[in-house]
Amino acid sequence: MGYDAGSYDVIVVGAGHAGCEAGLAAARIGAKTLMITLNLDMIAFMPCNPSIGGPAKGIVVREIDALGGEMGKNIDKTYIQMRMLNTGKGPAVRALRAQADKFLYQHEMKKTLENQENLTLVQGKVERLIVEDGVCKGVITHTGAHYYAKTVVITTGTFLRGEIIIGDIKYSSGPNNQQPSIKLSEHLEELGFELVRFKTGTPPRVNSRSIDYSKTEIQPGDDVPRAFSYETTEFITDQLPCWLTYTTEETHRIIDENLHLSPMYSGMIKGTGPRYCPSIEDKIVRFHDKPRHQIFLEPEGRNTEEVYVQGLSTSLPEHIQRKILATIPGLEKAEMMRAGYAIEYDAVVPTQLWPTLETKIVKNLYTAGQINGTSGYEEAAGQGIIAGINAARKALGKEELILSRSDAYIGVLIDDLVTKGTNEPYRLLTSRAEYRLLLRHDNADLRLTEIGYKIGLISEERYQKFLAKKEAIEKEKKRLVSYIIKPTAQVQEVIRNAGGSELKDGIRAADLLKRPEMTYEHIKMLAPADVEIPPDVAEQVEIQIKYEGYIEKSLQQVERLKKMENKKIPEDIDYDAITGLATEARQKLKQVRPLSVAQASRISGVNPADISILLVYLEQGRIARVSNE
Amino acid sequence: MEFDTIAAISTPLGEGAIAIVRLSGDEAIQIADKIFKGVGGKRLKDVPSHTIHYGHIIDPSSGQTVEEVMVTVMRAPKTFTREDVVEINCHGGLVSVNRVLQLVLTNGARLAEPGEFTKRAFLNGRIDLSQAEAVMDLIRAKTDRAMNVALSQMEGRLSKLIRGLRQAILETLAHVEVNIDYPEYDDVEEMTHNMLIEKALYVRDEINKLLQTSQQGKILREGLATAIIGRPNVGKSSLLNSLAHENKAIVTDIPGTTRDVIEEYVNVRGVPLKLIDTAGIRETEDIVERIGVERSREVLKKADLILLVLNYSEELTPEDEQLFEAVKDMDVIVIVNKTDLPQKIDMERVRELAGNWPIVTTSLLEEKGIDELEEAISSLFFTGAVEANDLTYVSNSRHIALLHQAKQAVEEAISGIEAGVPIDIVQIDLTRTWELLGEIIGDTVHESLIDQLFSQFCLGK
Repeated sequence: MGYDAGSYDVIVVGAGHAGCEAGLAAARIGAKTLMITLNLDMIAFMPCNPSIGGPAKGIVVREIDALGGEMGKNIDKTYIQMRMLNTGKGPAVRALRAQADKFLYQHEMKKTLENQENLTLVQGKVERLIVEDGVCKGVITHTGAHYYAKTVVITTGTFLRGEIIIGDIKYSSGPNNQQPSIKLSEHLEELGFELVRFKTGTPPRVNSRSIDYSKTEIQPGDDVPRAFSYETTEFITDQLPCWLTYTTEETHRIIDENLHLSPMYSGMIKGTGPRYCPSIEDKIVRFHDKPRHQIFLEPEGRNTEEVYVQGLSTSLPEHIQRKILATIPGLEKAEMMRAGYAIEYDAVVPTQLWPTLETKIVKNLYTAGQINGTSGYEEAAGQGIIAGINAARKALGKEELILSRSDAYIGVLIDDLVTKGTNEPYRLLTSRAEYRLLLRHDNADLRLTEIGYKIGLISEERYQKFLAKKEAIEKEKKRLVSYIIKPTAQVQEVIRNAGGSELKDGIRAADLLKRPEMTYEHIKMLAPADVEIPPDVAEQVEIQIKYEGYIEKSLQQVERLKKMENKKIPEDIDYDAITGLATEARQKLKQVRPLSVAQASRISGVNPADISILLVYLEQGRIARVSNE
Repeated sequence: MEFDTIAAISTPLGEGAIAIVRLSGDEAIQIADKIFKGVGGKRLKDVPSHTIHYGHIIDPSSGQTVEEVMVTVMRAPKTFTREDVVEINCHGGLVSVNRVLQLVLTNGARLAEPGEFTKRAFLNGRIDLSQAEAVMDLIRAKTDRAMNVALSQMEGRLSKLIRGLRQAILETLAHVEVNIDYPEYDDVEEMTHNMLIEKALYVRDEINKLLQTSQQGKILREGLATAIIGRPNVGKSSLLNSLAHENKAIVTDIPGTTRDVIEEYVNVRGVPLKLIDTAGIRETEDIVERIGVERSREVLKKADLILLVLNYSEELTPEDEQLFEAVKDMDVIVIVNKTDLPQKIDMERVRELAGNWPIVTTSLLEEKGIDELEEAISSLFFTGAVEANDLTYVSNSRHIALLHQAKQAVEEAISGIEAGVPIDIVQIDLTRTWELLGEIIGDTVHESLIDQLFSQFCLGK
């Protein structure tokens, strides 16, 4: 049975946040691309928070945009609220977060996919891969369609052998009662992939009309226009607020009393859940002393009354969920429209991937997103665009792209996954980035636009604008370094008003800007420019000058790392032939097969002594080769 | 000069990934060639000087391959010892390196004595007197087993102390991280500059305390600088000889060196003593007499321990009292010698002058009281100084270097806080401090910050 359904350069299986970026990137690069999804009505669906961005994650969205991806543009068109977080902190940790109209978000993304050149979008359930001699050549759907391609990207999220659990009820299902993908999971095991069982969860949704908002605190969006994408020019001004309330002693009592009904504690759930988004029952058990927990009420869209109850993720039985809701101020009479649930699913152990996201076991096969053990839409999309780029470039015979840890959060994310693996659903945190001062929200374009342009995902027009911005930054920085501000009465007054100490002598504008109380706005007054400096240029000038010392320090660290990154390890290295490696190190190295000494040094269980031995071995090999010639 | 060829493992045992067996002497290359099999049958005697060669060490008696190596050939005179030198770079691991050394020794080399390479360099005019200290550094304190045990106990305490310090930093870091990654959580207190500087100052002070003890750590390596003082004819020379008896003295007898520079080392129950100005004692009997009390204070300043010798058979003199005065702020053991003669000294007055210092009565002539003296020295060092102040020794120079770097990092954090730099940027230096401290105890796993984050705070959707 089965029929030939056509040939492509790239096939993307799945159309969630990873799949959409992968498919769009591949098609835009010029690869003939097919996207297959279980349900065309579920494209770019948000089964959990109706929200995009946040610390680290928001920076990823910017990075995706700088590489020519879609997530930033799509949320800019569909948000109901946008906020800049951590404005009181340093520039390295600022990040945007948007509340999405989740339905609009899907529709916009679907429209974009449908209208994309080189991209074919079909509904279907992929059950097997066509693999010959360890090389992936296509996919087979449950209806027998054989699609052929040079490369395949799997982005099946939490659908692999998904199971929903509520109380003592457990059934086979993808998120939000979608049909799960069971045969594909079994097929991956057949191919030799090691899978792990992960768990995540979601809270109940309630009807907005039944909420008493007077008992909650309002959380409005920022009143300044904001956007993720560097290309967005139109801003949504009509924003919807979120609301804040808290659990009560009564909530905790009910949970305590019914803990035995929780599948998390009855042993029914075996998958590993993420520590960073525990269920409410988990929070109460682990932090028993805390008198209350925050609950955010987030509208799911403009054309719906459904409200997401953030902070109340649970897999307790439905009737207990109703009781819990009734104990929360504002939700006493809330109508629960959907119950919260836990979901267990299969993920591919990500150390089975190269840093390109191609699998080591099957050539020309890539995986991206939650299937790789991550959690979060942004993490998925970040992998999606890299997998899409690499699948397309490989299909077109071009060199693949690996972002380093000093290039982007996406680089940190993928390096962590393929080097260290993960034993819980992986979430990006700013603390995972050792160079976070370099990986800022504001400079994602400066870091990555060049790469996006070279790959062919950034238009000439945008690129020229980018170059102009870069030039303007350098010019203005130069100007401020050479501009001497004299201690005139007017200057002293500005400084005094800013809370600084008066000048004793003339000072370079750049040096004055380094004072903590001074901003670019002040400097602009004291050292006026001949030309109008746009805000995004001013922002870069201010950050780059103000934090020059720290940035320089980070750059030096990066330079040191680069030396180790440049020490490549041949793919065919025989670790068994290296005497002196510790047993654990040898096993880990054989499993991860790092591409550079730097990557090897990040593997847990590989200690500095092993790295030295490895270096000596590589050096010996090099010398031996030279002397053999 | 006539020198045989010497060999030794010249890298610290058990440390480092690479171990080097070094040979020096006329036959160094010849001996190495007997056991080295290079690529393409290359012989070391044919290779140019200062080149490195890949190959294997073969046991010539069995033909068995012992080790994969890189061999460096350096011909005289441009070498460390000004002799022919061969260095065999082996993989780490004691067993294989020892086998290579054994092969070298069975094929004609002699096992070098500690510091002998440096000694040869010195003797061949390769290093000058000012570098002679390095000779002593290499010889170091010869430590016996008991000493090693004492050391390892201290290392255990050191790592415990550093772990505690790191945990304090980690909790602070986690707090900062939570503020960053979960800004909407109002139940986590916002870390302020004031809170942060308090932590940073604490960390700096603790590091300083550790660094102060590194002085004591240095003593373990370099010996406790000890001065024997006393009026003429109280028995200083006898004391020196008693301490140095039974081959315990590590006397450097390198010709051409003045005895002013090279001091004598003795090992007293695991405490290495570096006896200051022994030449002075031997030649003129009395350093105070020779250079005067005022100048002797300068010399005494260098001392970590003073052995003040009095004469049991004579009354205390103003000179004696002056000596007590000269060393009043130092660690002193008072030795009342010549108990074999009738007592004339006022012991009451001696105790008064000695205060808290231990007093030992001896008859060096009859070899009495020496055990008590040794006991006093070792207890002063191990239990007295160590336990009383609850100090932990930082003796390893790598550790000291890391502590200095950690201190620098935390000081940068402090000046950042004072300058009003945002906390998340200051945190870079604090993280660095944490990592550097981790390097001391071999623990730099970054993941622990994230573990701390989620165990310390309740977060989630």
